Amino acid sequence: MNVLVCVKRVPMVGARIVLSPDAREVDVRQLGFTMSPHEECAVEEAVRIVEQRGGTASVMTLGPGEASEQLRDAASIGATHLVHLVTDGREWDAVATAEAIVNAVRALEEERGSYDLILFGNEAADTGDYQVGIRVAQALGRPSIGGIKHVALGEGTLEARREFRGGDEVYDIPLPCVIAVKEGINLPRYPSLPGRMRAKKMAIEEIPVEWRDGSLRTERLRIPVEPRERAEILGNGVEGVPALVALLEQWGILS
Amino acid sequence: MTMTGRVLCFVEHDDAGILDPSLRALTLARSLSSSSGRSLVAALVGEASAATIESLSKYAVSDAYEVSIEGLDGYSPAGWARAVLDIVESLGTSAVVASGTERGQEIMASIGAITGLAMAANCLSASWLEAGALQLSRQRWGGSLIEDAVLEGAPALLTVASDGVLAAPAETPIATTLHDVRTVANDLDRRVVVREWIARGGGVALANARVVVGGGRGVGSEEGFAAIDELANLLGAAVGVSRVVTSAGWRPHAQQVGQTGTKISPDLYLACGISGATQHLAGCRSAKHVVAINTDAEAPFLARADFALVGDLSVIVPAISEAIRLRTSS
Repeated sequence: MNVLVCVKRVPMVGARIVLSPDAREVDVRQLGFTMSPHEECAVEEAVRIVEQRGGTASVMTLGPGEASEQLRDAASIGATHLVHLVTDGREWDAVATAEAIVNAVRALEEERGSYDLILFGNEAADTGDYQVGIRVAQALGRPSIGGIKHVALGEGTLEARREFRGGDEVYDIPLPCVIAVKEGINLPRYPSLPGRMRAKKMAIEEIPVEWRDGSLRTERLRIPVEPRERAEILGNGVEGVPALVALLEQWGILS
Repeated sequence: MTMTGRVLCFVEHDDAGILDPSLRALTLARSLSSSSGRSLVAALVGEASAATIESLSKYAVSDAYEVSIEGLDGYSPAGWARAVLDIVESLGTSAVVASGTERGQEIMASIGAITGLAMAANCLSASWLEAGALQLSRQRWGGSLIEDAVLEGAPALLTVASDGVLAAPAETPIATTLHDVRTVANDLDRRVVVREWIARGGGVALANARVVVGGGRGVGSEEGFAAIDELANLLGAAVGVSRVVTSAGWRPHAQQVGQTGTKISPDLYLACGISGATQHLAGCRSAKHVVAINTDAEAPFLARADFALVGDLSVIVPAISEAIRLRTSS
């Protein structure tokens, strides 16, 4: 099995998002970076598949030079090949991102054979576009499904499940295919020390890509108005319990 | 201002009527049609029930296209997207709107992928600019940030945030004309078709729970959740947890509230030992009343809560349970 996972470098925003002075970006000067949570699980799933079936677990990112950190994070838990589509740091829209990934996949497949499975996170944590995987699948002519929280490989097919209205929908998808997964599909492992050492030395294949303008253009970002002031303190320790019980009655939660 | 090109809304429905996220999508779609004198039409797969037809009228849908796809037994992202796109192209459409559900997002993304058009996900509002482009606001970071943007391309493709737009019927209902549309599935449509749906048992469903008792890092351990479970049980509540808790393996991911977990909208969210990361707040913004229990009166979550008890939750939570039990027995 040859599996490819596409990941995106995003800031770890913590408790409060701060915007840049022109309100066009998140102010990342005080922040660390990670890959989107759904994608951490996609990498883990790829590594598990390769551990069971053999093959390769490649990880690709499109992003600035620093995004190599996220590729090395993926390598530290078992990714076998790293591919970096190096940008100048500007934000790419979903259409251009998908196009760059498709071009890279075609070139890589030409060279070393087809990926049986391409994994995406269901949506990037920052832009939340919900579409890059589907665009890539369409361009490559491969079947795809998103929102997946369980996969099981068969012979030439993959069983995939996702939540739908309080239950699980089950799909059988022929390989090769494109799947967008959600956090909860697995619990990603922590990198081991040898894993980290190996990741440091792993080669990264760099492919330059050129930014282009899209037709969804950001004008500015803003923080939604939060209606609440700071909480009213009902008490310290257990002294607030009677007041809480009274509120539960008032709200009709205790009858 | 009257402009050409209908506004089309893809509607998800069942025997009981139109699903809530689709009512929200219809509400935003109607704002685009009524502000510009365009007509609002709907596309749905499968036969509309009486309840669905009634809602279509209430939401001022002039024409509804009921699609039946021969050779397709169940939902297929590619098959449904192609069927909706056929209607979009045959009618002349200026905007296509769907709900921000898994199906809504993937049908719109598929249409975007086939046509090469951009798609704006999780919109909160949209209005026409003179040149036919859309000025819109949409959620980023699971709703923790809002992006104001301009979307070009015809038709404009967008989905509507399920927790950001309230469903509102039109002031005046209109009669909806129903049209039968028949298509035949091709091999590509049949590559991905839902095979079965398996019901999940047990517990109060988190997404729809009226009361949620939440536990975060402050709960301290897997064992620490015994007190949280006990209180949830007494309140008939679902248990919700932060991402720290599921990452540590204390609780299953199905209980995670947040941007990458479940979004909740209970009457009461009682959050114990939760500091208030953006990731978590994105999942509980729709809670009506929020009470926090935290050792730190300065924790970010207390800025989002209505009330707080400051102190050690391992003491306070059992005390609440005890007070409720005493109350019931007296």
